[in-house]
Amino acid sequence: MIISKKPVRSLTAILIGLISSVAMANPVEDTTHVKTETASHTEQVAHETANHETEAHTEKHEALSPKEKINEHIQHHLADSYDFTLYSDEEAGTHVGFPLPVILIDDGLKVFSASAFHHGETVANVDGAYYKLVHNKIYKTDAEGTLELDHHGHPTNEMPLNFSITKNVFSLLITSLLLFLMFTALARTYKKGPNNLPTGFSRVLEPLVLFVRDEIARPNIGEKKYKKFMPFLLTVFFLIWLLNLIGLTPLGINVTGNIAVTFCLAFVTLIITNFSANKDYWGHIFWMPGVPAPMKIILAPIEVLGIFTKPFSLMIRLFANITAGHAVMMGLLAIIFLFKNLLGTGGSIGVSLALTTFISLIELLVAFLQAFIFTMMSSLFIGMAVQEHDHHDDHH
Amino acid sequence: MGTIPNLVGAGLIVIGAGLGLGKIGGSAMDAIARQPEAAGKIQTAMIIIGALLEGLAFGALILGA
Amino acid sequence: MEKLLNDFSYGLFFWQLVILTILILLLAKFAWKPILNSLSEREEGIKSALESAENARKEMQDLQADNQRILNEARAERDTMLKEAREMKEKIVADAKTEAQAQGLKLIEQAKAAIESEKNAAMAELKLQVSSLSLSIAEKLLKDELSNTEAQTKLVEKMLGDVKLN
Repeated sequence: MIISKKPVRSLTAILIGLISSVAMANPVEDTTHVKTETASHTEQVAHETANHETEAHTEKHEALSPKEKINEHIQHHLADSYDFTLYSDEEAGTHVGFPLPVILIDDGLKVFSASAFHHGETVANVDGAYYKLVHNKIYKTDAEGTLELDHHGHPTNEMPLNFSITKNVFSLLITSLLLFLMFTALARTYKKGPNNLPTGFSRVLEPLVLFVRDEIARPNIGEKKYKKFMPFLLTVFFLIWLLNLIGLTPLGINVTGNIAVTFCLAFVTLIITNFSANKDYWGHIFWMPGVPAPMKIILAPIEVLGIFTKPFSLMIRLFANITAGHAVMMGLLAIIFLFKNLLGTGGSIGVSLALTTFISLIELLVAFLQAFIFTMMSSLFIGMAVQEHDHHDDHH
Repeated sequence: MGTIPNLVGAGLIVIGAGLGLGKIGGSAMDAIARQPEAAGKIQTAMIIIGALLEGLAFGALILGA
Repeated sequence: MEKLLNDFSYGLFFWQLVILTILILLLAKFAWKPILNSLSEREEGIKSALESAENARKEMQDLQADNQRILNEARAERDTMLKEAREMKEKIVADAKTEAQAQGLKLIEQAKAAIESEKNAAMAELKLQVSSLSLSIAEKLLKDELSNTEAQTKLVEKMLGDVKLN
């Protein structure tokens, strides 16, 4: 599925020449896999690639229509997981990838490999406690793995505190390491003096740093105070961008399309904004100057709400954009399976490829744009919080 | 996928957001046509307002879904 | 919304918060600070270089203006000197001319006076000579004429006839 993105990746890599650090991960065999799949379309669509988990309902797969299957696959892709699966064959039941550590706090710290779950097929026995993986959630259970389901079909078993190094955490760590290496390399080039120009990849990074400083931080925060917030803004900008770009690779990573990640980013913005806010900012929130007293009373709760809606919109925007991008891309790739009767195998692959290429290019833009907008908005909010209001009566 | 009212609501949100984005984009184009030298500033402002609108629309979609 | 809340992974949030904080701190220390410092340093360097270039240009201009001024002054001085010299020359020439004229006139006067006096002296001499000569002639004549009485009377008569009575 994601393999068909490969030409898109190469194309965009040539076009942009920026993502040199991200290699094409999937082997060529995958493409042939897609073809054999489409040829034997009456059989179940066994094509499951990145971050797939077979979970507990393998038998149910037989009964699912292709549409439902695709839906489920997209859901799988968008969700986090406990092992880094690059490729899995459902028919053969093989998974190519590596498990990640699971860290649970349940009567003390319990660390074990996610391979103990066998992709949700077995119950993990850790120090006498039994855990089962259902729909990406770890439930405490008994030796047989019995689950008590409520009327929605959700298990009601006890859930231990879960601080596992999931695929997203792992990707985050790798990305952070990459960022750190990239920018320390850039910083090293200046050791020989400020006029020593960076070479190679660092040369691309320097104008980007300047872009963040001159186009985002300076105009929005103000000449005097922007320096203090530069580390946060630069880190967030490059982290989001790199995560977005890595999300576009065939590795099947979807970090910025996870609400917990965007919530964390927005949360940090909220904290920084409100802790660096000056008296004017709070004055404008609780007792808006220059409006009649009854209005002040009405405005105060709205403004207080505004403190939280601003980062909330940041969170939702990034999450929704990336999730939507991934979903659309996967949906377009699903054309291969859905329209192969109508268009023929070659036709459906062609249509899917053309559309996916187009969307990939747009997603490449979106990856940058979302990083830019997140940073821009953060600096705008910070700017609002720290700016000096000299003319209270003029603009109210 | 949600229920029928959810989907209708989502449709309404998208219509509203689309109209808003169209207005922003159109006005920005007008402004750029009038003052091509200020294109950079207008674009930044356009993106900011677009992003605000987007946040609003997404917020509504997600709260509704 | 419900699904999102249901899917919200506090573990991921926790790790993201930890990683992000550490990343910001690490990058701030090892990357952003040196990068931004060097960039602003470079900008300052370029700015000051431009300023000094501008200053140098101004100084050069000042210097050139000075040079021009000095040159102009020198030229003016030379001109005045030349003018003065010319005037002096003219004056000297004129003076010499007038003096020479005066001298010449004086010499001419002197020469004239000398000539006059010489002429007078010559005249006087001539007169003396002529008178003495005529006297001797007259004496000789008279001696000759007046050797007889008749001739004496005749002369007296003739002389008397010449005298006109007015």
